[in-house]
Amino acid sequence: MWMSPDEFFAMGGYALYVWSSFGVCALILLIEPLAVRARCKSIVKRLKKEILADQLDKEGSK
Amino acid sequence: MSQKNTLSNKRFMNWFRLSSPMTFYPVAGKLIPFFWVLAFLFGVAGLWVSFFVAPIDAVQGQGYRIIFIHVPTSWMSMFIYLVMAGWAGLGLVFNTRLSSMMAQALAPIGAWMAFMSLWTGAFWGKPMWGAWWVWDARLTSELILLFLYLGFIALQASIDNPRRADKAGAVLVLVGVVNVPIIYFSVKWWNTLHQGASISMTKAPAMAQTMLWGMLLMALALWMYSIAVALMRVQAIILERESHADWVRQLGEVKS
Repeated sequence: MWMSPDEFFAMGGYALYVWSSFGVCALILLIEPLAVRARCKSIVKRLKKEILADQLDKEGSK
Repeated sequence: MSQKNTLSNKRFMNWFRLSSPMTFYPVAGKLIPFFWVLAFLFGVAGLWVSFFVAPIDAVQGQGYRIIFIHVPTSWMSMFIYLVMAGWAGLGLVFNTRLSSMMAQALAPIGAWMAFMSLWTGAFWGKPMWGAWWVWDARLTSELILLFLYLGFIALQASIDNPRRADKAGAVLVLVGVVNVPIIYFSVKWWNTLHQGASISMTKAPAMAQTMLWGMLLMALALWMYSIAVALMRVQAIILERESHADWVRQLGEVKS
């Protein structure tokens, strides 16, 4: 169907519209899970600090 | 007979146990990679059909290929809203924590789907209708759907007590459900610029079979993606809300 890569990227003259649609969607779909993963990691980091603080607190009061 | 009873009791118990954040957290962790693999496989197949199998459109040329992302994101924006409303309703009626967390986890994905639907619609409308945006019934009702998602997220964020935030959010989401049939039937009820439904349950599909397959595969990919991201976010919400519970502190990833 596509004779050359150039023809594929030109999308029959609709390149701007087709690639802006697919490109932005791909970007959103990529960023979303990365943001969630970063959020999970930061929560775990905070929890670790809290646990460490609790431990030190206990040891100090002994 | 008694044996049968204990068996059914056991199964019943298991379902109940899954509705507690403590037991659900590790289950979600096991399911996430599975849904990522499915999302990736369906996505590759869907994109391949969209760009290399589906034939050129007689009227719209290659520009019509936006349909393969526009229609699935629009479907998902409506479908996720209904699922979210279902979870929020369950949380409101049975007062289960996990259902409200699920509703909260789905909202941002639904909002992104609605945004992508509007965005791709604009980039399709410009070359075909000559306008990025028109105040047409379908476009306007989809925009309202985006605002409903954003309103739910903002409302939940503005209330400090999570249980009260769940209740207020659930009421907002359930009232907003009216909008979903309005979006779906808007092309029938009003005379609009937007074309009719792409797929009809009653009539034979007016489009090439391969186009239909492309849309279905892309929709399946987005479906699996949404489940994977929702499970990831529900894990984050569980960790946040239950951070003082003993079981969270005993978790492998927190302890080590």
